[in-house]
Amino acid sequence: MNILEIQNLNVTFDTEDGQLRALRDVSFNVPEHRIVGIVGESGCGKSTLINSILGLLADNGQVEKGKILFEGQNLTELNSSQLRELRGVRISTVFQDPMGALNPVISVGTQMLHIQYRSSLSKSEKLDNAAEMLRRVRIPDRESALTRYPHEFSGGMKQRIAIAMAMMMEPALLIADEPTTALDATLEVATIELLQDLQQQIGCSVLFISHHLGVIAELCDDVVVMYAGEVVERGTTRQIFYRPMHPYTERLLQCDPAGQSERTRHLPTIPGEIPDLRLRTPGCIFAARCHCREDICDSTPPEVEIEGQSARCHRLVA
Amino acid sequence: MILSINNVEVTFRVGPWFNRQPILGVAGVSFDVAPGETFALVGESGSGKTTLANAINGLQSISNGDVTFLGERIDTTSQRNMKPLRQQMAMMFQDPVGSLSPRMRVGDLVAEPFHIHKIKANIKEETERLLSLVGLSGDFANRYPHQLSGGQARRVGVARAIALNPKLIIADEPTAGLDVSVQGEVLNLLNDLRERMDLAMIIITHNLHVVHHVADRMAVMYLGRIVELGETESMFRAPAHPYTAALLSANPEPDPDKAKERISLPAEVPSLLARPSGCEFHTRCPWVQSRCKSDQPFANGEVRNIACHYPLSPGDKLPVKQSSI
Repeated sequence: MNILEIQNLNVTFDTEDGQLRALRDVSFNVPEHRIVGIVGESGCGKSTLINSILGLLADNGQVEKGKILFEGQNLTELNSSQLRELRGVRISTVFQDPMGALNPVISVGTQMLHIQYRSSLSKSEKLDNAAEMLRRVRIPDRESALTRYPHEFSGGMKQRIAIAMAMMMEPALLIADEPTTALDATLEVATIELLQDLQQQIGCSVLFISHHLGVIAELCDDVVVMYAGEVVERGTTRQIFYRPMHPYTERLLQCDPAGQSERTRHLPTIPGEIPDLRLRTPGCIFAARCHCREDICDSTPPEVEIEGQSARCHRLVA
Repeated sequence: MILSINNVEVTFRVGPWFNRQPILGVAGVSFDVAPGETFALVGESGSGKTTLANAINGLQSISNGDVTFLGERIDTTSQRNMKPLRQQMAMMFQDPVGSLSPRMRVGDLVAEPFHIHKIKANIKEETERLLSLVGLSGDFANRYPHQLSGGQARRVGVARAIALNPKLIIADEPTAGLDVSVQGEVLNLLNDLRERMDLAMIIITHNLHVVHHVADRMAVMYLGRIVELGETESMFRAPAHPYTAALLSANPEPDPDKAKERISLPAEVPSLLARPSGCEFHTRCPWVQSRCKSDQPFANGEVRNIACHYPLSPGDKLPVKQSSI
């Protein structure tokens, strides 16, 4: 079963210079108990996607068409109080900057109490819950940790506390937006392992957003590759990393310095820039930067599916 | 040697006024940089990389040791004498957009070094030349920093750094916050310029994959000390200090099936206020032995400079455990 199904999602923003289409025909699923990674460079619409799932789009943005089905319920049709019932309970989020996610003037324990405001447990039971959660994210000295304030913890510990808070209500879906980007390499792998453990214990699904290909390869079961507001390719992690079908995925993997085991002074790049989404021309979104561009690329590319892996590219039809 | 630093210490005083305590941000670091060489400083946050960079370019006074750049002592020289030296040593700061004044146009930003050092030049021509060197077209000169992407802002930073033909560039996290495809562009640009202008570079980063490709030599810092220093290639092939080995193994690679032999580092980085006794890495070292807790290891002073009682040799089995934080 799919926890989250995104069908043909189109999101637009009204700007001074006209309408900007931030997401165009985005479709993918997050199945139960799986970790789905979203890869893409800045400006590819990752954040817009999360915000539309959570119902947190800015005032000038709207879901033009498409559905976001969470446990069968279309999130785009819910009003703000219905969404509030879901957020933090059934869907929770971990953001990139842990300090920004924690309230600096309220102790960690009190914040963890506040999260459980919908629960009917007594205060001491809630505190026990909080301490138990801190144990699961391996925070030492839990009792005193509850009385301390966010600034008294190191960056890695803060991110773990943020993860503990997100997992507190045992959500069905955890959205993790670049949770390891601000951390050192050693903490990064530790945090990934922690997320993996918790995901298995709680049995939730995870939507994991990152631009770090190594982290995606390590953590995720499925991968969705986004470029300039479109899903260009999706498949299992092995399919994407070993047999990319879309030229963008191919180039992206080549660009990662981590991908080259041989030392080289000249690193591969993708020439060109992300297109201006206000001036969207028909045809393949990646055509302007593509190394195998042909005339046919000026028309809308078909979505080709092979063994569960799908990509939008003309090259695959031939 | 273009730059040699010898036993440099940087002390900060922290705490309330009635209980000031000194902490060593950089605790006795020595290394040399040769002309045309790329030298990398790596380590976790808080290991003193940026403090050391600031000590090298004179933005941070040092409490012990000496810094010699082009034959002159930077740490003892006056501000007046420092100014001409700064022409020879350019700095690229961490945040690409944040290091550009938001109220100045790109053209003025690139011309600023000429004004500061009162260098008579055809500024308009120079600006155009520099912008084209870093691959930006002339009309960028009229833009403001907020109109630039991260990669473009980084290029402007590079143009400012190379404006006065320096001998040494210190680049603090030159690729942090940039997308992978842009990262390559910035690194290639720096490398081209290095070859063309015979620049020496110090790159500070925690992205080890980047270091592997660009640096000739690297130094690994931990709690303000260099624990291992050597040729990049040989350090990647056979790390000798357990901390280097752990850092290298903690590098997620874009290969889902690759067997991960990971050295887990327990616990958090110790506080600089309470440095561990003996080898300062012993609280987290998987190979720790009793001697490590009491005797401080000193760098062996060889080409591959290692500060460890029991350095690893190639082929040593990593004590792989269930990793934990």
